[in-house]
Amino acid sequence: MKRLILLLPLAVFLGVAVFLYRGLFMDPSELPSALIGKPFPAFSLPSLDDPERTLSEADLKGRPALVNVWATWCPSCRHEHPVLNQLAERGVLIHGVNYKDERGAAQKWLRELHNPYQLNIEDARGSLGLDLGVYGAPETFFIDARGIIRHKFVGTIDERIWREQLAPIYQSLVDEATP
Amino acid sequence: MKSWICATLLSLTLVASSQAAIDTYEFASEAERQRYRSLVEELRCPKCQNQNIADSDAPIAMDLRAQIYRMLEEGQSNEQIVDFLVSRYGDFVLYKPPVTARTLLLWYGPALFLGAGFVLLGVIVLRRRGKPGTAASGLSAEEQQRLAALLKQSSVDNKD
Repeated sequence: MKRLILLLPLAVFLGVAVFLYRGLFMDPSELPSALIGKPFPAFSLPSLDDPERTLSEADLKGRPALVNVWATWCPSCRHEHPVLNQLAERGVLIHGVNYKDERGAAQKWLRELHNPYQLNIEDARGSLGLDLGVYGAPETFFIDARGIIRHKFVGTIDERIWREQLAPIYQSLVDEATP
Repeated sequence: MKSWICATLLSLTLVASSQAAIDTYEFASEAERQRYRSLVEELRCPKCQNQNIADSDAPIAMDLRAQIYRMLEEGQSNEQIVDFLVSRYGDFVLYKPPVTARTLLLWYGPALFLGAGFVLLGVIVLRRRGKPGTAASGLSAEEQQRLAALLKQSSVDNKD
């Protein structure tokens, strides 16, 4: 019994070490979204491609999709853009939310860098961004066919992240939608 | 040495200039202003995580301050405003998280550890008190007898 008590500090140390070691690999800037499992927030905003047209959350339903929050003022979005182009070519459905941007600059960006987005919502004042809990572009939401937010990825999507983390999530949503 | 002083002074000016973004909001009353101040000070900026939204210069903090101001103007209560933000950004935006199953340890952990410490202390003290004599000399009854015998013997020896 006495011997065991002598081992107590070692046990405490090991416990703390494991705890801290785990902490080394956690990213504190990654916030769990409060919107997972909730429907995509209601909105009524112009389409970037055709400002005459008004888009709403109903337009996003029907097929699982990625909703990518982007802006021309966001340098990481430029890095991410070619990856989105490739994904769109492979048949991944991507919608865009052009977050607090200028219409002219955004349209020019799409003309020059290719447009991977099926629909592009123009959120000039950031009201949809606020409802989505966006705190910095790029952010990508995964919605299922019923328009429920199932996953959120904050940061730049690259080939590796897509392959290792995100493709399985997207695939599961697609599988779910096809009975 | 000189460069050190320069660097220190320079960094001080940086600190001073990077303080709190100042918004020019008009409030109907002093009480409203106080409510606004207390709200922006107890809510955390989702982007720059070690600042509240009052101190942060991040665009998102600016947007959130504007949103809070708008909601105050509309006559919404503090609770409604906090709920609005929590439903979008999660409990993360609260510097004072609610007591839930997940945060129980956070809230009561320190008291728990303090209590455990006192219990341990009590046990140690009571144990020591329970065995008189042992703590003072560290000798068992048998050893005490031997000691007394030895002392007696030596005093006899000294007489010679």
